[in-house]
Amino acid sequence: MTATLSALGGVVKRREDPALIHGRARYVDDIKLANMAHAAFVRSPYPHARVTDIDASEALAMEGVFAVYTADDVRHLGLLLAQITVVNRPLLVDVAKHAGDAVAMVVAADRYVAQDAADAIHVEYDVLPSVTNMVKAATNEILVHDGMESNVILSWEGGPFGDEEGIAATRKTIAEARKRDDTVTVSIEMRNQRLLPTAIEPRCVLADWNGGYSRFDLYSSTQIPHALAGAVAKTFGLPYNSVRCLAQEVGGGFGAKLNVYSDEMLVCFASQKLHRPVKWTETRREAANSTIQGRGWVATASMTGTRDGELLGYELTGVCDMGAYTQNFTAAIPFLGVFVGSGQYKMPTYIKLDCVVTHTMTTDAYRGAGRPEAIYYLERILDAFAREIDMDPADVRRKNFIPNDAFPSAISPIGFAMDTGDYATNLDALLAKADYEGLKAERDAARAEGRLVGIGLSSYVEVCGFGPSGLVDLGFSWSEYGLPSAFNGNGVVRVHPDGTVTCVIGTGPSGQGHQTTWAQIISHHLAVPIENVRVIHGDTHESPVGIGSFGSRSAAVDGSATWMAADRVRDKAAKLAAHLLEAAPEDIRFADNEAHVAGSPYHKVSWSDIATLAYQPHRLPEGMEGGLEAAVVFSPANATWPFGTHLALVEIDPDTGNTQLLRYIAMDDCGEVINPMIVDGQIHGGIAQGVGQAMFEEAIYDEDGNLLSASLMDYLLPTAADLPSFELDRTVTPTDVNPMGVKGVGEAGTIGSAQPIVNAVVDALSPFGVKHIDMPVRPKRVWEAIQAAKGA
Amino acid sequence: MYPRAFDYVAVASIDEAIEALASHPGAKVMSGGMSLIPMMKLRLLSPETVIDIGKVPGLDQIEDGGDHISIGALVTHGAIVASSLLRAEATALVQAASWTGDVQVRNRGTLCGALAHADLAADSPAAVLALGATMIAQGPGGTREIAAADFFVDTLQSALTPDEVLVGLRIPKRGGGSAYDKLGRRGGHSDYAVAGVAAWVSMSGGVVSDCGVALTGVGTKPAMATAVMEALRGSGPDGVEAAASHATDGVTVLEDLYGSEAYKAHLARVYTARAVQQAMAAAS
Repeated sequence: MTATLSALGGVVKRREDPALIHGRARYVDDIKLANMAHAAFVRSPYPHARVTDIDASEALAMEGVFAVYTADDVRHLGLLLAQITVVNRPLLVDVAKHAGDAVAMVVAADRYVAQDAADAIHVEYDVLPSVTNMVKAATNEILVHDGMESNVILSWEGGPFGDEEGIAATRKTIAEARKRDDTVTVSIEMRNQRLLPTAIEPRCVLADWNGGYSRFDLYSSTQIPHALAGAVAKTFGLPYNSVRCLAQEVGGGFGAKLNVYSDEMLVCFASQKLHRPVKWTETRREAANSTIQGRGWVATASMTGTRDGELLGYELTGVCDMGAYTQNFTAAIPFLGVFVGSGQYKMPTYIKLDCVVTHTMTTDAYRGAGRPEAIYYLERILDAFAREIDMDPADVRRKNFIPNDAFPSAISPIGFAMDTGDYATNLDALLAKADYEGLKAERDAARAEGRLVGIGLSSYVEVCGFGPSGLVDLGFSWSEYGLPSAFNGNGVVRVHPDGTVTCVIGTGPSGQGHQTTWAQIISHHLAVPIENVRVIHGDTHESPVGIGSFGSRSAAVDGSATWMAADRVRDKAAKLAAHLLEAAPEDIRFADNEAHVAGSPYHKVSWSDIATLAYQPHRLPEGMEGGLEAAVVFSPANATWPFGTHLALVEIDPDTGNTQLLRYIAMDDCGEVINPMIVDGQIHGGIAQGVGQAMFEEAIYDEDGNLLSASLMDYLLPTAADLPSFELDRTVTPTDVNPMGVKGVGEAGTIGSAQPIVNAVVDALSPFGVKHIDMPVRPKRVWEAIQAAKGA
Repeated sequence: MYPRAFDYVAVASIDEAIEALASHPGAKVMSGGMSLIPMMKLRLLSPETVIDIGKVPGLDQIEDGGDHISIGALVTHGAIVASSLLRAEATALVQAASWTGDVQVRNRGTLCGALAHADLAADSPAAVLALGATMIAQGPGGTREIAAADFFVDTLQSALTPDEVLVGLRIPKRGGGSAYDKLGRRGGHSDYAVAGVAAWVSMSGGVVSDCGVALTGVGTKPAMATAVMEALRGSGPDGVEAAASHATDGVTVLEDLYGSEAYKAHLARVYTARAVQQAMAAAS
């Protein structure tokens, strides 16, 4: 057997890949239980309609149909629990608030019959006035929810965040800067379009009620099994440990599975009623309207500064589309935008974002969640400002960075403490890697030939690795799900008598490679081969608490907890080894799956010897307890603030508007790195999704509330064929808020990558005087921008 | 993604397929299934019977017939891309096939299946139109030939009658050169055509002696651009732009998520010029 020993920073191939590549990974839809029934939903075709009649007689008469449930059947369970509670979703509706809202659930012997029965249910609707456009919704001409005075359900404002007097002072400073004769202000209204998260595995949930013990086993493709278990326990009036939630193989989440869904409660309800396991597998087309969407902002960004590039004030005001309901974090997503809204810069910043409900599917976290939107606006307007004053955008950036001596714990203009940063070094490293001056010369030469070539830059800062469990005091708890905190990390490390190690974590991968990186963390401390480490995740009965995998938090928070637990195990193992080797514990060294005495490598014992002793208490020295394991719950002092600089080079076909992405160069800084290959993989995927937003993807609702891009024929995802080879590198600025120094990298690629492309496209179109183009920069839109500029 | 129940009949010969079509009204014929199965899964189409001709022997051949090339009903897009004979004699078709779907679709999907499906934005129909192909349909009364120009009747509607199977096509070896160019939905050549144009030209004395030009993705069906062809005949490379300006004469341009009428009409002209120029370069 191979024995791979790896410390932090080692490239280790992903242990999970053989099962994934050979099709042996077991997803929820692969699980088949005896007597299992299947659910299908009847969904409203209208964005706003009252159900006046449901005729299920034909469906109920079909062979293999067990039950049809409607709103009346599940009203007693209450509304869907959500963390930020503003407009909670009913489990099944009497009045549909978006196309795709579920009005009935069918349970049948198989998924095909369930679908036939769903198609045979006749629903009559009284169609009501609807509003699917967030800007229109903000005028309150049509209210989305009865009994609410406004569609604007919440506003987030800063900075400083939460300081009214400070905000007034900031606004005054910016207004005065604008009035000065020597300043320039650039303002642009921009759309950050809605996206469909589109994990390769749509959601799937299987509930198995055990009436004898009054408990649920619940299998779900979720990023947050503990919150889901808590929500089911609360909804059904059960103790927390009567619900075992398992999320063992999750095929991508991107935030869309960072949600508790009504269908998860409904299959539990059906399983309890029918005394059968009940499964629901979402179809791709269904996912468009039953899984949360992301982004969806219309806002105006304004940048004021001097002609020599000193930024004196930044404003961002606009509306953010919540969709019809608030689910887990829906209304908090714009807050994450405010959080990072001033980016890497020190200029006074004022941001106000109104959260607006519309008759569309709910939005929530999608990779980056508020941060890609905020950084998009900032980096686009900064670029436009640089163009206006005719200064190189790299120089404007460098001139306005928060300086290195402000760290650690630099206070951003929005009022938040930023852990560590070294922005100028990172920018310069990117420019050197790209040969920026050479690239500009190439662009100018191409332009002289009449070709439309453009370079786009973007700096970015992210806030992630949540985080301090003290965020509970700011309202970010998960008490609605019965959990003590939305933000702590959990790690259990246990050594078995044969010297192998099991690690239990409260976070779970949806493709991030935890099986590999966690084994590396253990191997780093204990010098055991990663093949000897089993990593258990996604099981609420194995891990006492667990928050889940989202917000680029797993390594920084749960990884750190594991790191600390492994350190404790090592300390105890050193004592045990010292006892066996008749040496002092401080002289024990671990290497190659063994412990030896420093300076005497042949004076050694194996991990099996050590662990065997731990489980034979009679042999232990006096005062030592048996067992060899440790459990740590960790809360970092702060969130982490990764950052980076990305550059895109594009060429546009002037005759068609087709944009070709020629090169993409990224210089990221996510602090210390556990596995460079996995970090690069995260950046690759993140960039693909940012490029997807910039060039291809858009969830398009028509005026009647229909989602026109509900299938992958019309929702254009980037494929490998559409992307160049990304050129990646990194700088390393460790964080000081966790013992590993890691910051997190799950979302960085996405946060950094949409705006350099749009900046590059605008740069390419600058000969026409084009100042802005909204995403996605599809050929049609680019061509129309050229035509409009030519006509103007 | 759960189709309604249907009967599945795998036939061993075209005669069996025709018998099965006669005895199962409303049945659909399937070869690669790359269009039919997704439509069934979305319940946009729910045939009671699917007749699978995929296992019929002898239909997967590309044959040199001297003055023409025969392509059997089960020849995949991938096989077309790999054919050196077609690359030399029907470049436009090879290019169209190479930009159809992805590798998996090209390895399973068939040219004849795609033609019978008659999608208004598919690539291959434009190529077979421009190349002057002849479709061979077989029904209870025997076989009949249908000129490509008469084959595409409307959106998702071919000239095949419900009791017929498209068993193959012939592409004439007329010399000259051909090309297909397009703008795909995801830009470049990626995905369905926002606008795609195939051109075949035969040159004589520096001018076009004969030609075929066809559009896809622009109107309600893939169609010959007859006004372009008329303008091209007798003109040289400097006449291409003027000829291309007629690209959408008589065509009802359909607006969609990827282009307004004005944009798609513009693209039709741009890609007509590009395809014709490439075909001329190949012809000389």
